[in-house]
Amino acid sequence: MGDLKEDFARHISSEFNEELEELCADLMKMGGLAERQVRLAVECQEQFDSALVDQIRSAENSVNAWEIRIDELVAGVIARRQPTASDLRLVLVVSKIVRDLERAGDEASKVALMAQQAHESGRTSTVGLVEVRSIGEQVIRLLGDSLTAFARLDVDMALDIARRDKEVDRVYQSALRSLATFMIEDPREIGHVLNVMWVLRALERVGDHATNIAEHVIYLVKGTDVRHLSVTNVEETLKNQ
Amino acid sequence: MMEATMTDTVTAAKEQKMEDRLLPDKTIGEVHVDDARMTARSVDVYYGDKCAINNVTLDIGVGQVISFIGPSGCGKSTFLRCLNRMNDTIDICRVDGEIKIDQDNIYDPRIDVVSLRARVGMVFQKPNPFPKSIYDNIAYGPRIHGLANNKVELDEIVELSLTRAGLWNEVKDRLDQPGTGLSGGQQQRLCIARAIAVSPEVILMDEPCSALDPIATAKVEELIHELREQYTIVIVTHSMQQAARVSDRTAYFHLGTLVEVGETKQIFTNPTHELTQDYITGRFG
Repeated sequence: MGDLKEDFARHISSEFNEELEELCADLMKMGGLAERQVRLAVECQEQFDSALVDQIRSAENSVNAWEIRIDELVAGVIARRQPTASDLRLVLVVSKIVRDLERAGDEASKVALMAQQAHESGRTSTVGLVEVRSIGEQVIRLLGDSLTAFARLDVDMALDIARRDKEVDRVYQSALRSLATFMIEDPREIGHVLNVMWVLRALERVGDHATNIAEHVIYLVKGTDVRHLSVTNVEETLKNQ
Repeated sequence: MMEATMTDTVTAAKEQKMEDRLLPDKTIGEVHVDDARMTARSVDVYYGDKCAINNVTLDIGVGQVISFIGPSGCGKSTFLRCLNRMNDTIDICRVDGEIKIDQDNIYDPRIDVVSLRARVGMVFQKPNPFPKSIYDNIAYGPRIHGLANNKVELDEIVELSLTRAGLWNEVKDRLDQPGTGLSGGQQQRLCIARAIAVSPEVILMDEPCSALDPIATAKVEELIHELREQYTIVIVTHSMQQAARVSDRTAYFHLGTLVEVGETKQIFTNPTHELTQDYITGRFG
């Protein structure tokens, strides 16, 4: 475990230090916005408010703008500095995390859109709300923690995120089963329940993006690509290093 | 004044101690290769009492490009010069350990150094063509080593060497003109052609592009890429990007110690030792 800022400060070129610091600071700002987008979207599901939808849309525009800005910075660092080793891994990872954050933001917008549609169609059912709240809270924490793991270069925290995402997946599968049962029992609720299923799906994807970020953090710190491996295999691989 | 000098000495000693502490006991990475053209075992080099190279063991594989990188004074050029006994020209230099090419110990007193330098050719930092014609620059080596029986054979060697060095089309109509009249990049390729002309097994290059512009550098790098098929190439470079571009393996030297060696891709994406990491990422040690 280390600290990103401390690590950069050691470059002979202070300008290079500043460029990498800017890259990471911007990424954290973008991450904060994407996390907020997801939080607002879950709130929207609990209690619809058109002002929240506007805020989510505005956050989405900002997240998209950050994505472009950070990718420009990444291209600039590659062109001007030809980074190597941990610096190279950092710029690669930032570029990938940016993409995951942007997609997490897209999922949040979908969740908000579902809330708006449900509101406009006058549905008042609370079926599935508990699951939305539960999974929503878990993935918001995952997303926040994945950014903390990045800032702290914390591999243990990254591994913990991957483990916790598996738990989210289990809760999601279980929710789908109970919602399917509910549809069979009360076909009048099919429209609403399908809507809830889409919301849950979007939130579960946010958890996957947080896990992707955690995997990028492991690559950044250890130099080992752990994508598409089970958590146990990742632990094994890191232990054998 | 005296106090200041003592403080400096103490600081320098502390820094030295710190560096020593960081140096690994044993080179990190795989120093051996399956198909070795040259092998160095426990090589120490001393300039008088000063140890310039400390216990270096390394294989240089057939048909491979290996680059030596490291800060100034780390011993990379000294080690390179051991590989064809260029250090023999320095009176106070002593080489211990064993260096072999194809099982022949190059420091065996029975070895003919001139023949060795034909087998292990060298290209220097600054292009140094002989003050002779382009033709004679290339023909000189084959003549003294008796590689051609007649003028036709010599012409063939000159054409082949210049072609391999990617220079033939640029100079074929002015072979009788002085080699020193060529541009810097062309002169360096002429020197490479001169090294090739005596059919070496290994070509040592000591910062071959440091005096060249980016286009001439790119041409020499392309040449290195083409030559790797037939020759083993060892290159010392201060440009890490060049090491990353041209070599298959990279060896990092620090204070006379071979700290780490590995596949170039691994060294530049995920080096193991902190000193290697700090050097290639441009950090303070």
